[in-house]
Amino acid sequence: MDINFVIEKFLLVTILFAITLLIAMYSTYAERKVAAFLQDRLGPDRAGPFGIFQPLADGLKMFMKEEIIPTNASKWLFMVGPGLAMLCACIGTAVIPWGQDLNVGGRIIPLQVTDINVGVLYLFGVVSLGVYGVMIGGWASNNKYSLLSAIRAACQNISYEVAMGLSIIALLLLTNTLSLREIVEQQHGWRWNVLYQPLGFLIFMICSFAETNRAPFDLPECETELIGGYHTEYSSMKLGFYLFAEYINMFVSSAVMATLYFGGYNYPGMDWVAAHVGPIAGPLIGTAVLFFKIFMFIFFFMWVRWTIPRFRYDQLMNLGWKGLIPLAIANIIITGIVIAVVNKF
Amino acid sequence: MKHNQPVYTDNDPQNELVTLNLGPTHPATHGVFQNVLQLDGERIVSGVSTIGYIHRAFEKIAEHRPFYQITPLTDRLNYCSSPINNMGWHMTVEKLLNIQIPKRVDYLRVIIMELARISDHIICNTIIAQDTGATTTFLYLFQFREHIYEIYEEVCGARLTTNVGRIGGLERDFNEIAFAKINKFLKEFPIALREFESLLNRNRIFIDRTAGVAEVTQENALSFGWTGPLLRATGVDYDVRISEPYSSYQDFDFEIPVGTSGDIYDRFLVRNEEMWQSLRIIEQALDKIKLEPKGIFHADVPEFYLPGKEEVYNNMEALIYHFKIVMGEIDAPKAEVYHAVEGGNGELGFYLINDGGRTPYRLHFRRPSFINYSMFAKMSEGMLLSDAIINMSSMNIIAGELDA
Repeated sequence: MDINFVIEKFLLVTILFAITLLIAMYSTYAERKVAAFLQDRLGPDRAGPFGIFQPLADGLKMFMKEEIIPTNASKWLFMVGPGLAMLCACIGTAVIPWGQDLNVGGRIIPLQVTDINVGVLYLFGVVSLGVYGVMIGGWASNNKYSLLSAIRAACQNISYEVAMGLSIIALLLLTNTLSLREIVEQQHGWRWNVLYQPLGFLIFMICSFAETNRAPFDLPECETELIGGYHTEYSSMKLGFYLFAEYINMFVSSAVMATLYFGGYNYPGMDWVAAHVGPIAGPLIGTAVLFFKIFMFIFFFMWVRWTIPRFRYDQLMNLGWKGLIPLAIANIIITGIVIAVVNKF
Repeated sequence: MKHNQPVYTDNDPQNELVTLNLGPTHPATHGVFQNVLQLDGERIVSGVSTIGYIHRAFEKIAEHRPFYQITPLTDRLNYCSSPINNMGWHMTVEKLLNIQIPKRVDYLRVIIMELARISDHIICNTIIAQDTGATTTFLYLFQFREHIYEIYEEVCGARLTTNVGRIGGLERDFNEIAFAKINKFLKEFPIALREFESLLNRNRIFIDRTAGVAEVTQENALSFGWTGPLLRATGVDYDVRISEPYSSYQDFDFEIPVGTSGDIYDRFLVRNEEMWQSLRIIEQALDKIKLEPKGIFHADVPEFYLPGKEEVYNNMEALIYHFKIVMGEIDAPKAEVYHAVEGGNGELGFYLINDGGRTPYRLHFRRPSFINYSMFAKMSEGMLLSDAIINMSSMNIIAGELDA
């Protein structure tokens, strides 16, 4: 293994991590601004011009707060919870292809940390682990509200992972690969998967909302019933980690949706552009396009959150098991039949 | 009968039920009161309501105060619609003293009471939405409550605890700015209310959350003494404004919306429709005021209505009355009166016994929140925790009115 490879990957991981945190930080700002816009308010506008330093101020506040660990809490697990949530949220970005290969002086640099051939499965695994952070934190707090919330989170994530997995199976029938890079490459030139799998995308998107615990599926932390849900007892940066993990999850989910269904870094006319702007600018424009798609999804997440009410626990289960899973299975069958028929003739 | 004592902690490790202390400070209680629930998973097996956390002994304090000093106490009952409480109290004393109120004063009072009703219903309905998770509707409609407060400011100088009006009329006339603000409100509020309704009334998630939840039969509602929107949602068309008109409500043309099943969705719709009817009443009142002689804002009862300072300095009778009122030297007749107004939550009654002195011998507030809340623990049995919480929001329990 040559040293350049290590440096290159190290740089990529660092940049990616920084971008993830930056986006998560500014998602909190964007969320408040979007909410303010939808609610006919101004939103944060004190810290810097248009309040753009608000996330920094919030972060500083989180660090300065007194850290409280409840007497009866299970101390170690109480600390592991937010760490695990944050870790699982951050490592999801490793397999997402952020752009075409960069060609720097004859050296090919892929804009992807690792192109493992089971990328989709890896993502699922990481997302599933995320719920452990919530469960451990909720249980370790030794608070009944937190416990209820942890139970809700576990049920919700397990139920919706099934539907999510089934919706992906139909996609895999189409792509014949689990590598995210290949899935993106196949969507080159307007062959976006969302056009072939609209129902699958819809199911996947709804499940993403549930997986990230965003409204209308924010049952684990619904403040009107369970106070703060699993993070009721948390304070200072531990609370910050939980809140941060939610926004990182939202970012990763958006990236996955853009990658799997909306062509990733592909955009119309990219070959023509790439031929005219050179080997470095071309892929970077693709990356910018991917981020544009991600921001659109993040905005959509926020738009939904500030528009509709939340489900009740049993209604959530009904929707998951009686609505989405049968639909996903029907989607698999239809996709399978169509592929068989098309291949035959 | 053994009193049903709440169990605050899980003492028995073998017990399969979980004790949950919902309150006294919980985001969903919107005030200070507690429910000790026994949970089986998320389902409530039984509950005990504990009240009295902000009991301030208003009824006892009132026994030591002259009538006009009791008004600020009524502010703090249902502080979401203080003007209704204030007016109800003034009307009770006027009934005791047998004072005839000019029509124009009645209409001015109707305007401010209906504004208060709208502000009360805004709170309740947006809180239902908020507790189901729709924060935007809550904050969006709340700015109109702010506009109503601005009208209060013009009328009496205060916003939340208004202390508006005096025995015998109002403290001062509505000024031009107040009328302008009311007209502006009448123009802008219907648009926002329509938007609010379009976001929730046909929203599938909202209907699923509220329809068929916490249904109450008419018999149950009546036997628990329910009044107001909660009772009307079950289909009983009881409204004090119609059945016992006060403050010239008989002059107005408005409808009493009723529901069918008494569930949360019906309560929500009833309150929404009442806001529309209140707007109608205010419009009519504004028209009627134009026909009345200008500048009258109190009845001619010098022995009870505090004269203006200019009068006091230049006019001997006014000086005498001012002295007598302030020193509390005017005796009220020996009598027993009950007067009720339609408050935001139901029949708000004042039961006043006077033994001929200057302070009430006994005063009782019939507080609708207190009476409506008596069913809550029983209703919650068998409900999911989430349902119990929106049920609580839809009952619009105001802690100040609950505990007095």
